[in-house]
Amino acid sequence: MAISEEQVRHVALLARLALTDEQVAEYGEQLNSILEHIDTIRQLDLEGVEPTAHAVDMVNETRADEPLPCLPLDAVLLNAPEAEDGAFVVPRIVAGGDEA
Amino acid sequence: MIDLSRLSATQIRDGIVDKLFTAREVTDAAIERIGVLDRQIHAFNQVTKQLAYAAAERIDDAVASGLVLPALAGVPVAFKDNMYLTGTRTTCSSRMLENNESVYDCTAVHRLLEAGTIPLGKCNLDEFAFGSSTEYSAFGPTRNPWNPEAVPGGSSGGSAAAVSGGMVTLALGSDTGGSIRQPGSFTGVVALKPTYGRVSRYGCVAFASSLDQIGPLAKTVEECALALNAISGKDPMDATSVERPAEDFATGLAEGVAGLRVGVVTDFLEAEGCAPEVRDSILAATEVFASLGAEIGEVELPSTAYGLSAYYIIAPAEASSNLARFDGIRYGHRAEDAEDVIDMYMRSRSEGFGPEVLRRIMLGTYALSAGYYEAYYGQAQKARTLIKRDFASAFERFDVLLAPTSPTVAFGIGERMDDLLSMYLSDICTIPVNLAGNCAISVPSGLSPSTGLPIGLQIIGDHFAESTVLRAAAAFEAAIEFDPTPPLVQEIQYEATGERKRRGFRR
Repeated sequence: MAISEEQVRHVALLARLALTDEQVAEYGEQLNSILEHIDTIRQLDLEGVEPTAHAVDMVNETRADEPLPCLPLDAVLLNAPEAEDGAFVVPRIVAGGDEA
Repeated sequence: MIDLSRLSATQIRDGIVDKLFTAREVTDAAIERIGVLDRQIHAFNQVTKQLAYAAAERIDDAVASGLVLPALAGVPVAFKDNMYLTGTRTTCSSRMLENNESVYDCTAVHRLLEAGTIPLGKCNLDEFAFGSSTEYSAFGPTRNPWNPEAVPGGSSGGSAAAVSGGMVTLALGSDTGGSIRQPGSFTGVVALKPTYGRVSRYGCVAFASSLDQIGPLAKTVEECALALNAISGKDPMDATSVERPAEDFATGLAEGVAGLRVGVVTDFLEAEGCAPEVRDSILAATEVFASLGAEIGEVELPSTAYGLSAYYIIAPAEASSNLARFDGIRYGHRAEDAEDVIDMYMRSRSEGFGPEVLRRIMLGTYALSAGYYEAYYGQAQKARTLIKRDFASAFERFDVLLAPTSPTVAFGIGERMDDLLSMYLSDICTIPVNLAGNCAISVPSGLSPSTGLPIGLQIIGDHFAESTVLRAAAAFEAAIEFDPTPPLVQEIQYEATGERKRRGFRR
């Protein structure tokens, strides 16, 4: 089953990747060759087989509900491309309105 | 100057205890070797000279104060550059994280340092650990000390090359589909992927969370066992790490394999692209086990035929989800002059990630997208159940399984970059073990007659059967007496001492 160029662009948008036209063509072709190889798995009759999410059986792990120290603020912000007043700076998310 | 490549971890510690040399001198030797070799090999992204000498000073002070030294005191180590170590950058060999400072210590790194080791640096890898040759590093490939025109394998290729070149005694890698074992095999070192849950992954940048596991690479089985002693165990910071009774993995190593039930995995010997000389080496290894008194049988794991397909759905799917965090806000690369937040996300990610990362994010996002989730991810998880059952029934009959680590020896730099499937196929014998969560070790089984490059024997164990796997590997190692010193390092030794060592496969 081949994926179309339109699907490649849709997947890129879902993954938040800005691809050039050349990349769309290139990744489209490569994804198709990989999917062709792994497509056998779609043909398998796996009716009634339970899926495995984790190979080693384990139940939900919880810890005692006690507050523990977290990373200090300067460590949290250390690698931020832009930070100000103890917060991450991001571009405007909500359009319109006057500057406060 | 001490020649590190001739000393084991235990010999280093004992030498320091007995005041034959100091931890500082050991550190000098490691720095010197890195200086001589790493310009050519490029095992390291960063050499941590200051951290190393600070750790050495603590050990030498402890000796001066008459304190009892920890098990790996003074042993030079390196870490794959996807593990956090305060005072270093953690780059994942990606432009995305080129300037990313570690803000805490990875638990496995911290535990290995607590055992007295000397941190020499952070090792190169395929970008975000996606690859099998270390050629996908944004900072250039690592070369194989056995032949600099060959790849060291990947993704933990820098860790493997650092050990193989005698630049460090021990290194940590991470293994999602073979990324510890396959480079171990390609560089002639011993490389252990512990059982899923044995070692905490806290502080190791996540690739595929249901598969990732941290483990050691070293020249000998005993050193891997000592490293596992240090790094394993429950960690409250990783909910998938498992509480187990305390075990000393180094104690039973000399007990031998008499009566051990050893199954040869016929599917892997007949796997697509398995080189005849690799097959011959594994069959010869089987005879070694027989001569040591093991009971040999054959076993089929028919569902592992779907391993590669299941893996190339599950791993990219989980990776695409894990890598969603790199959005240019909290850490990593941010594109300049973004029009709005979506533009910033999209351009930051496309500029920061290299081609293989983009490819896997695309594949994973597609496999998880509406309408395809059941057909791909759902099916892959069910196929995983069948693979897990195959291993479980094999371990009712056998204590360990034997297989090649990789179907071939190290390939040439650039040789597989244009052929994705041939690159992916180099992990065909290791991937099923990650899918089933088992432990496995790669131990050198000899040199390929045609290339002189190392071949790796993979010994696979049941969940949490590391002791058995290590014991089998130690017996095999002792029987074949493989010399793990690459020709390049032999030349350095010769220049230093004028002494030629007999090399190769001795029985």
